[in-house]
Amino acid sequence: MTGNGWVQLIVYCAIVTLLTRPLGGYMARVFNGERTPLSPLLRPLERAIYRVCGVDERAEQHWVVYAAAMLFFSLAGFVSLYALQRLQGYLPFNPAGQGAVEPSLAFNTSISFITNTNWQSYTPETTMSYLVQMAGLTVHNFVSAATGIALAVALVRGFARRQASTIGNFWVDLTRCTLYILLPVSVVVGLFFVWQGMPQNLNAYTEATTLEGAKQVIAQGPVASQEVIKIFGTNGGGFFNANSAHPYENPNALTNFVQMILIFAIGAGLTNMFGRMVKDERQGWAIYAAMGVLFLGGAITALLAESEPNPHFAAFGVDGVAGPAQAGGNMEGKEVRFGIADSALFATVTTDTSCGAVNSMHDSFMPLGGFVPLVDIELGEVIFGGVGSGLYGMLAFAIVAMFVAGLMVGRTPEYLGKKLESKEIRMTILALLSLPLSILGWTALATVVPEGLAGIANTGPHGFSEILYAYSSSTGNNGSAFAGINANTLFYNTTLAGAMLIGRFIFVIPLLAVAGSLASKKLLPPSAGTFPTHSPLFVGLLVAVVAILGGLTYFPAVSLGPIVEQAAMTAGTLYPAPSP
Amino acid sequence: MRKQIRPAILMIVVMTVLTGLAYPLAMTGIAQALFPAQANGSLIEKDGRVIGSALIGQNFASEKYFHPRPSAITGTDPNDPTKTVATPYDASNSGASNLAPTSQALIDRVKGDAAKLKAENPNQPIPVDLVTSSASGIDPDITPAGALFQVPRVARARGLTEDQLRTLVLRNIQTRFAGVLGEPRVNVLALNLALDALAAGK
Repeated sequence: MTGNGWVQLIVYCAIVTLLTRPLGGYMARVFNGERTPLSPLLRPLERAIYRVCGVDERAEQHWVVYAAAMLFFSLAGFVSLYALQRLQGYLPFNPAGQGAVEPSLAFNTSISFITNTNWQSYTPETTMSYLVQMAGLTVHNFVSAATGIALAVALVRGFARRQASTIGNFWVDLTRCTLYILLPVSVVVGLFFVWQGMPQNLNAYTEATTLEGAKQVIAQGPVASQEVIKIFGTNGGGFFNANSAHPYENPNALTNFVQMILIFAIGAGLTNMFGRMVKDERQGWAIYAAMGVLFLGGAITALLAESEPNPHFAAFGVDGVAGPAQAGGNMEGKEVRFGIADSALFATVTTDTSCGAVNSMHDSFMPLGGFVPLVDIELGEVIFGGVGSGLYGMLAFAIVAMFVAGLMVGRTPEYLGKKLESKEIRMTILALLSLPLSILGWTALATVVPEGLAGIANTGPHGFSEILYAYSSSTGNNGSAFAGINANTLFYNTTLAGAMLIGRFIFVIPLLAVAGSLASKKLLPPSAGTFPTHSPLFVGLLVAVVAILGGLTYFPAVSLGPIVEQAAMTAGTLYPAPSP
Repeated sequence: MRKQIRPAILMIVVMTVLTGLAYPLAMTGIAQALFPAQANGSLIEKDGRVIGSALIGQNFASEKYFHPRPSAITGTDPNDPTKTVATPYDASNSGASNLAPTSQALIDRVKGDAAKLKAENPNQPIPVDLVTSSASGIDPDITPAGALFQVPRVARARGLTEDQLRTLVLRNIQTRFAGVLGEPRVNVLALNLALDALAAGK
């Protein structure tokens, strides 16, 4: 790994850390319903939305009502997105003349975007009209992100409130998040992206005649407006097939760096908002520190692994050593403008969170390079995490960590002054077990049925990794892929949609129950026996719980994929292409 | 609980109008006013015709031009819609090989490409970017090493000296942003346009 790679990593960490507190403070104001600097502009619009939708903004909701509102909203989004795709041939903004999307693909895509996954079984350039990209996919990039953040805020209110029967109003959280957080940043950074070279037009695809006289058709579209929220809302669904590797979606190293910062920004800011809402910012920094440790472990592993050139290439006279004139390393599936450092770092960032945008192809990573995104997802994407889902996932792990600590000393566990009793522990475990059940269960199914095996693009352990990654990514609502896999089949479109639904709703509904239960409890004053949850000891315990739960659950599966492949690569084994 | 159904439907409609129509259309209007060149795809025109985009890679096959990286984009075979064929640098599509590091197909492809490059310049090691396919399939850039490696071939084909071309390559290197971000690179289309200008003026 080059010195420049280290510098980029350090600069990145510094900027994310500097943003955490201001963003946390702003988000706390937004979700506490306080005035913000943008209120004079946005408050009238906010009130108009409540009036049109018949929402009483002062009416608070019990957790069951909050969950029901969230589910109805997701269902309505699913229906509208499915209809848009099926009817796009009859609708405007379709210069490329795309026809109706095939039913199983439209189903998969709708589930994918309402769950904030943005798994893409389709090739956007050749499938989706501009109208679907804007009024379908971009909309869900906003509202599925806002939904995730709302759910996290509801859980935090569970800790912050005492003897309360409600955890907020879903419609208010959704609206305020969209208006005050997501839209303003999208407008400003979106225009910055255009300035840097991202297209923003409704033109038909351009036909160019190259210097050699050949024809080149260049896809166009309203790219920047979708790109910015794809990244900021940790959605990840690209405007183009190549996602953030496409030069129009990510023209240069500066846009790439801004994208990486935006991916972590809300997740990092939410830790601080959490600290503020429970009236002790140190609690937020403890969560932040645990996330930071896990991030650095993954990032450094990926950077080191990808800096190595493919060992087979040297025999052909290929030079893969980094120097002033080239980045070297494993360049298959990577762009020259990003090289190794920006590609490996982006891969880590996008899978620590539930983003799933890619600027390089994870399928062609070195075995241990690809191991990092896979394991990051399987740990539950709690390393800053998806917008909202990262925080509520990490708080679930924090509850388990305090439960473990309570068992060790023989006391009823408590966290932030709330007693953690049988109901909270059962619900948390239910949530945390739903993920491996989905990932490992679906993977096991796909590896024994011909429909599953038909999709793989590489044989040997890597083919298994492709399947495992697909179900990890869909369950984790990530959306990135070992993209060689052909998932646009009835089998994969359906089973992956099932995994996405489990990962989103079966995971979060028990946590809303925890929120409701915690909100109704009294606040216990800290005593001499209270385990301080802002201490380095707590950070270590939390990191260990995340690593051990992930490690023990997924180790057998991961060892059949990347770990065996690493051994095979060292031994010089090669695997033939799958027979057609 | 059933009282939540009506706001759910209305909220999707309102959000679609706001974030799905008003926002992207307003952004399109502002972008077209402030940054028309970029907003329309950074297209390059020569003699009134669009020859490509500054950001999108193109296939150059002639000996007289610098070549881009291998592209793994595939498309439907126009003669047989059940088959796919290689369509390198087709910018109405994008994509990568997605081959594993332990794939026989990857190693065979690299071996073949390396042998061809070795034949055109036997004296230098082959920069790795020239034998690996990019993530987008339309990578506009090659590394400085990848450009310098091709200098002897292009010099022979053009009747220019290697020194002239080496100077041309060095002038066309884009450095890291602020000296830190990204990697040094050479835009192949820009380099080839500069090459044509140099050849015309010699």
